[in-house]
Amino acid sequence: MQENDIKFLEDSFKKYYFEHFDLIHVPNRTFEREFGFQKFNSGMTRHISIKDDKELHLLLMRNIPSDVYCSNGYYSFPNLPMNEKGWKEADLIFDIDAKDLNLECRKNHTISKCNECNEISISNINCAKCNSTKLEKKSLPCKNCIDASKYEVSKLSKILIEDLGVQPNDIHVYFSGNEGFHVYVYNSQFQKIGSRERSELTDYIMFHGAIPETFGMKKFKPNRSSFPDFQEKGWGGRFSKEVYESKSKRSKIISELIINGYSSFQKTLENLSNKIGAKIDPNVTMDIHRIFRLPGSLNSKSGLTKIFCHDITKFDPYTEASFLHENSVEIIVSCPTKFKLKNRTFGPYFDEKVSVPTYAAVYMICKKLATLS
Amino acid sequence: MIALGQDEIAKYPFLADAGQYLKDKGFTLEQFGTDPDLKQLVEKAFNRIEVAADGKIYQSDLIADQASNQAALPREVFSFLLAIVLLKLSGMTTLIKRFALAEARRAEKYLEKDLANISDESKKQLAIKIIDDLFSIQVKKQDDFFVIPVSDYLTHSINFHEREWKLINRHVENGLVFLSPHETVRLIRKELGTYINSKIINAKAPPMISSFEEPVNKLIILSKKFSTYTVTTGEYPPCIKHAIKILEKGENLPHSGRFMLATFLLSKGQSIEQISPLFKNAPDYNERVTLYQLNHLAGTSGSGTHYSCPSCEKLKTQSLCFAIPECANIINPLQFGKKRS
Repeated sequence: MQENDIKFLEDSFKKYYFEHFDLIHVPNRTFEREFGFQKFNSGMTRHISIKDDKELHLLLMRNIPSDVYCSNGYYSFPNLPMNEKGWKEADLIFDIDAKDLNLECRKNHTISKCNECNEISISNINCAKCNSTKLEKKSLPCKNCIDASKYEVSKLSKILIEDLGVQPNDIHVYFSGNEGFHVYVYNSQFQKIGSRERSELTDYIMFHGAIPETFGMKKFKPNRSSFPDFQEKGWGGRFSKEVYESKSKRSKIISELIINGYSSFQKTLENLSNKIGAKIDPNVTMDIHRIFRLPGSLNSKSGLTKIFCHDITKFDPYTEASFLHENSVEIIVSCPTKFKLKNRTFGPYFDEKVSVPTYAAVYMICKKLATLS
Repeated sequence: MIALGQDEIAKYPFLADAGQYLKDKGFTLEQFGTDPDLKQLVEKAFNRIEVAADGKIYQSDLIADQASNQAALPREVFSFLLAIVLLKLSGMTTLIKRFALAEARRAEKYLEKDLANISDESKKQLAIKIIDDLFSIQVKKQDDFFVIPVSDYLTHSINFHEREWKLINRHVENGLVFLSPHETVRLIRKELGTYINSKIINAKAPPMISSFEEPVNKLIILSKKFSTYTVTTGEYPPCIKHAIKILEKGENLPHSGRFMLATFLLSKGQSIEQISPLFKNAPDYNERVTLYQLNHLAGTSGSGTHYSCPSCEKLKTQSLCFAIPECANIINPLQFGKKRS
């Protein structure tokens, strides 16, 4: 990124941080958390201790970070190197990202930037200009991406509450600031479990690794009465809704399942994980030493804020998470697809000079599609 | 510690304080070496180890959880305690491990019976208390099942590789996992073995008594049966081959895939200089970053932690597993192609 673009982003970010201290707070048990931050065009600084909001705000003003992070883990000595920190426990965290949902709409708004010749085009395997395969993919998520992510959040919440006994008010959902949602679970029985156990929990939530026997199917002489039914709690009930569709079809479908045999049943289960499993990023949940984007901070991939969602069904990130200024800025931009911010539609732009509000300019510069003119 | 009755000590002898038990009964170890009546017990102890080494469960004199006669009860406990003495004197850890596992499975049978006992509530309560005291699992009865918190289930089931133990293959409701008495007890088998093992390892070895020499020497010979050696084919497992192929094609291998590949090759003894060129084709290749990360994994920089190759289970979760029939029975890619004989 060019010097003057970085300067512009830093100025915009600094202004945001200065004007919105009310949105950025240290989490509780602050002393036990590890903080970290990144600056534009620079590496990660982590293993930091922060004692209160004031100290956090000072760090933001002094360093103008591009991204700010805080651990979901609690440590005895958060500022020491990892193996000396003394891990105590960690909140359960989930990352749901539109890019992992295999959505049809993605091909319409995923843009490739060639790392060799900087050519920008709608997604391709090779660069249209120089044929290089070294492409950097940038996505400008659409409403469908956000709705699909919300649906995954609601699937996840249901499993957490009904199966895993999590209290609804201990689940906090945040818009990630880019293409998805971060879900935190506090005060659960899972605070102290390690990475391998969390990985197993992700398999449960994603409906991975189910065997036919669990759903009543056996290799030899399967018994009709052991197949799940609608009123069952947990996966049995969800399986029924998805596979039988209605009570009247149950009997007929069980007969089909038995006729098709064991290995076909295994395939059915594998296909089901895509439909009834919640699509979370397992790597995030199993990481107990992660520093996770701090709520209220800006996401340098978009310039949008990671913000708490009071009512996820009504939440619209492109109006509610955009806090930067309206002031017009001139940029040169290649953005072959449209996008919407604060109820205004921008683009498409084809290597042209345009005047847009700061929030839109930051968005496109963060996506590496634009540069100050 | 749990207060135990006579027949309970016979069922769960590892819960008793060995030295104290002998003292309470008015015996010294030497007497077992000299007294002809007590000498039989040394043979019984040796037999108990032999059966365990063979992977079988020692058939006790307890009938229907009760001693057939009053004299059988202390015999049960003595043979267990003497077996520990013989094992300590032999110093053979392979035998100790096998013995601990067999004893765990023996106790498991009693625990399961006690848990399922409908007529005697106190027996059930004792089994629940043993499980809670030793392994911090809070078991509760709910209808026909025993329920335990999901988090407790996970910390124990994580060591099982059979798919039926995966949480997804369990009935889970409201933060609890539903189990049969058999499954509840099976869940702690390994830990029970580890518990008995550590009790034996931590016990003080008594001085050698001449009449123990013969059985101890026999144990040393017996343990030789269990030494193994391994042969490796040297071929890479399919997950590693797949990762290398992706990189060769210049496609993007996710971070988790790069982690797997690098830790695998490092464990196979390759140097950072040999490994780093593999990543040259990656769309975001940066030599400085690659070397930094490889050094970090090898433990030559940063915290000094040497990172190991992820398990097959973890790779499955990360969609990096492309198992083939030759992968059967391995739990880590590093074991691929190794044959024990």
